[in-house]
Amino acid sequence: MNPTRSSVPWFSRVALILLGVLFLLPFFWMVSTSLKPLNETMKLPPQWLPSSPQWNNYPNAMQAMGPFWLYARNSLLLAFLNVVGTVFSSAFVAYGFSRLDWRGRDGCFFVLLATMMIPFPVVMVPIYGLFRALGWIGTFQPLWVPAFLAGAFNVFLLRQFFLSIPRDLSEAARIDGCSEFRIFWQIILPLAKPALLTVALFQFMATWNDFLGPLIFLARENQYTLALGLQALQGTISGTPWHHLMAASTLVLLPVLVLFFFTQRTFIRGIATTGLK
Amino acid sequence: MAKVLIENLYKIYPAEKGRPEKVAVDNANFEIQDREFMVLVGPSGCGKTTTLRMVAGLEEISRGAIYIDGKKINEIPPKDRDIAMVFQNYALYPHMSVYRNMAFGLELRGVPKEEIRRRVDSAAKTLGLLEPDNLLERKPKALSGGQRQRVALGRAIVREPKAFLFDEPLSNLDAKMRVETRTEISRLHRQLASTMIYVTHDQTEAMTMADRIVVMRYGKVQQIAAPLDLYHQPANLFVAGFIGSPPMNFFTGILTASRQGTLEFVEKVPAGQTPFRCPLSAETSRRLSSRQDREVILGLRPEHLHPNSLTSGVTLLASVEVVEPMGAETFVYLRTGGHACICRTTQGEFMDLEGKKLNLGPDLSRAVFFDPETELAIPI
Repeated sequence: MNPTRSSVPWFSRVALILLGVLFLLPFFWMVSTSLKPLNETMKLPPQWLPSSPQWNNYPNAMQAMGPFWLYARNSLLLAFLNVVGTVFSSAFVAYGFSRLDWRGRDGCFFVLLATMMIPFPVVMVPIYGLFRALGWIGTFQPLWVPAFLAGAFNVFLLRQFFLSIPRDLSEAARIDGCSEFRIFWQIILPLAKPALLTVALFQFMATWNDFLGPLIFLARENQYTLALGLQALQGTISGTPWHHLMAASTLVLLPVLVLFFFTQRTFIRGIATTGLK
Repeated sequence: MAKVLIENLYKIYPAEKGRPEKVAVDNANFEIQDREFMVLVGPSGCGKTTTLRMVAGLEEISRGAIYIDGKKINEIPPKDRDIAMVFQNYALYPHMSVYRNMAFGLELRGVPKEEIRRRVDSAAKTLGLLEPDNLLERKPKALSGGQRQRVALGRAIVREPKAFLFDEPLSNLDAKMRVETRTEISRLHRQLASTMIYVTHDQTEAMTMADRIVVMRYGKVQQIAAPLDLYHQPANLFVAGFIGSPPMNFFTGILTASRQGTLEFVEKVPAGQTPFRCPLSAETSRRLSSRQDREVILGLRPEHLHPNSLTSGVTLLASVEVVEPMGAETFVYLRTGGHACICRTTQGEFMDLEGKKLNLGPDLSRAVFFDPETELAIPI
């Protein structure tokens, strides 16, 4: 049951509002700075709102970044490939770990989980060596092919979700005549939509915001992503143009924000397994 | 329609992670006749559901064989066994409409669309899914528990399978709906004239629906018989206690020789208590003569203890502990010198008797005797 407005005590509401404001503050500061003239960005004491909004900062920032739309296209392409690859490969692997019985399953899952403990910088050099041996440096492949090989965190997340889907459904489907793949495709995946969307959103944000990967593996400027393009605005000879940097950052953040607003209902909805008891 | 043969069937779960090996089904042997309604009944963990799941192909067979119409099906996958199953929690696909839920199995088998429509409509009509509201386009979440179970039944019916398997299909329904659906399934059985195997832990369901009942305990088949045969001639103490509600009364005692030359059952009571004595008929005495001076258990159904009865010439004085008036009948919970017992009567409500003494006349012609060591019924 959802708590009604009156069932939430006032101090909880106040605490939640304060926390919300705290979390929103950096975002507000970014948008506010993106509309200020340069001389107001570092003013002391800080000026919360621009004296007059500089809408021109946005086109100027896009121009200062270089080929903005090309970067956006690269980012979108990589995000799309990563989302598709991660969702399908992770769902596939998670299905094997959750709904099929095979010898050594739990041991393998433990090893998979253990890979989550290894930070990226540790494997950065060997991975670079691997991709160089494959001749992929300077191409997009290192940035999307691994997504088709399932990620430990996403597999974990989906496995937990799949485990919550009653086994009776698979068994009913098996008696109805489904093969194992059809059970996965026609029964389990449609029921796991909220979890799949969560994985998709996480992956989209991770790829969209990834700076280190493109920095290491991409060579030519026309391959750059938006995250990498943002650095063109940082530390120029004349200092950092904060108003442009914040305007560009707002633009880069916008798709993630829009996506989140459209999909947030799915996160909180939970799954309708009411065909069961 | 089909005949199902279960032959030397075992299900053994191997020892794992410190857990010992578990024999869930232990050498089950029985045959379900064509068009028969067979109910597997027993307490939790007795192996009834495991047996059903082995028939369905959802559980591997450790040893033994299952035949449907003479064909061994051990290695045949569930979809090719031509069976349909109704699950305890309905197992309807939550993302599909009622129509799609019912049609899904047929679609996978390549049945033409018009034929699917015909079969679904016919099943929906039979199960009352079209009136007063047409439920076919609804999702399962928009249905009540009873409606969901009817859809689950419909999904099984449209397949026109050789055998229907039911795994405790009424457990999630409320009492009223359970009785209604029970009747519905019995009606369907008559209408479809098909073989049905039904698993339940509820002996009332078993008694009211079955042509024959298989009683199981600890993986072993205890008795296979028609409901009333089970009720009146239980094979052992467990069946006698499990079938029937309220359960059979048991009195431990010794068979001693009476002055009339017949045997007499003398209740075993703690020191200082007065036992009740029942002289047995000449015929029963003759049949039980080998048990003279040995301990036996006397079993009497609650309805065979008649309150305030002096007709049988034997009386059993018991103190009344609780009286439960059920409307049409009354359950009186009593205590004799050494045993608790229940009397079921339609001769009054006895509300004023709590804490008082009541004379009971046992109908010994309906008594069943058991061997206390083997727990088997002694044939008389």
